[in-house]
Amino acid sequence: MNTFIELLVGGISAGAVYALVALGFVVIFKATEVVNFAHASLLLVGGFVIAKMHPVVGFWAALLLGVAGAAALGALIEFVVIRRANVAVHSVLAIVTIGVDLILVTELTRQLGTEVLALGDPWGSDVLQLGSVNIPVTRIAALIAATIVITAFLLAFKYTSWGVAMRASAEDSETAALMGVRRGRVSMGAWAVAGALAAVAALFMCVFPTPGLDRNVTAVAMKAFPAAILGGLDSTGGALAGGFIIGITEALVGGYQEELSFLGRGLGDVAPFLVMVIVLLIRPAGLFGTKELARV
Amino acid sequence: MNVHDPRPPGASGLTVRDLAVNYGPVTALRGISLDVPRGAVVTVLGGNGAGKSTLLRAISGTLRFQRGGITSGEVSFDGMRLSGASTSAVVAHGVVQVPEGRKVFTRMTVEENLKAGALGARDRRSAAEARERVLELFPVLAERARQRAGLLSGGEQQMLAMGRAMMACPRVLLLDEPTLGLAPLMAARIADTVREINAQGTTVLLVEQNAAMALSLASHAYVLEVGEIALSGPADELAASDEVRRRYLGIGDDTEDLLGGVTVRRPALSRWSA
Repeated sequence: MNTFIELLVGGISAGAVYALVALGFVVIFKATEVVNFAHASLLLVGGFVIAKMHPVVGFWAALLLGVAGAAALGALIEFVVIRRANVAVHSVLAIVTIGVDLILVTELTRQLGTEVLALGDPWGSDVLQLGSVNIPVTRIAALIAATIVITAFLLAFKYTSWGVAMRASAEDSETAALMGVRRGRVSMGAWAVAGALAAVAALFMCVFPTPGLDRNVTAVAMKAFPAAILGGLDSTGGALAGGFIIGITEALVGGYQEELSFLGRGLGDVAPFLVMVIVLLIRPAGLFGTKELARV
Repeated sequence: MNVHDPRPPGASGLTVRDLAVNYGPVTALRGISLDVPRGAVVTVLGGNGAGKSTLLRAISGTLRFQRGGITSGEVSFDGMRLSGASTSAVVAHGVVQVPEGRKVFTRMTVEENLKAGALGARDRRSAAEARERVLELFPVLAERARQRAGLLSGGEQQMLAMGRAMMACPRVLLLDEPTLGLAPLMAARIADTVREINAQGTTVLLVEQNAAMALSLASHAYVLEVGEIALSGPADELAASDEVRRRYLGIGDDTEDLLGGVTVRRPALSRWSA
């Protein structure tokens, strides 16, 4: 039972972090109809800035710089690549983002080499003991931080002018333009917000119990991709649900892999994608995604 | 857009000069010239595919969404060039369109739709005032404030679409078939509201298939046929002309007059030649 609770808390915490990344996917998709395959590289850049800057300016300032850096990079990608690309088919832009991702990841991998960088977080490897249940403090910090960031995001999305412009533009970009909404600004804002969310996620993907920031973080980040898809690519609520489903599935399957050994090893890594496939078989638009409706 | 341009004399209001629009290889409008003087209601009549919506898209600068563009001619407002400006700049100059088919944001609440309408307002501070005026004009929107716009009836959606546009405090309101698909009673209410909006000082360019309604509101009318202006003149003269009566009002020469019984004089209008 204790193991189960430990795994569950770990899964929920990881899920909250995946939800941060998945929200970024969804925001970009809603604003620009582009599936952003460069998302993992935004995350890597955010983590990289935090790792490199914390010995110089301290952890909290480094975190701010990481968030700002990833947001700026997101805005830059939008401005330089996405906005200029005058293509009719949005899937072409998705492929363009794969190219952007390749460039960024290659350069960062070169910078990182085989290093594993610490992020200098204040929680270290402390473990909180509740009775006989042991939970790393970083997991709790992740859960709290993700909850705050996600809540702030959802409130902004619902109540601010930026949020209204985003949603109006996502629903009908031509009509939103008639309201004076500038599409470029909306889409650049979306990329920046997605970058900022990714940087926060990067922090918690690289703290204890994981060893630190290395080149494999992008692979971890890609697990948020099934989270966004199974929730429904155009649903913020879906991104949250998807994140938690993936986090919990992965933690439980990974934690009980001895019992599941007849299915082979490393099932924890595969499980998120299995869940995604199963959900899509039943609900092709994802759990909360908008169904494609043909106009009659 | 050059704001420092000296305004040409007499260029008050919205003017379209020699406008031509293409969608790729397809010509949609040719040689369109029209004037919407400040404070007036002007209507553009025409059947499906005549180019009415294209004309409004050209004014609002949303042709690019349909992969179209202005090939020649110009649109200006109070002497300032609008053609070539971004849609947000056009809105910022006070020229605001209510699109055909209402296009309310169905997934957002009525309140949020109104908020969206104020996004491009010239003066953000006046949003509260604008909201008050809109709710006075359309009290039903206040009752439905927290409802999803997709759940409103067609007439209510039209009111919301117009209210949303009014949130930007427009100087010129462009209306694209506001009575399309509405019951006669609701259409009459919309017409009354257009009159009211105009009385409060907003210039209106009304694009319609419902010629009887449009001609009763407008002071001046243009008839668009396959991308060109076929007829134009004062609205009452057009309403009285045989050609308009036969083609757009569904009235034969010998049927009883349905336009209020005033029309007897029927001047022969020459075809537009430009």
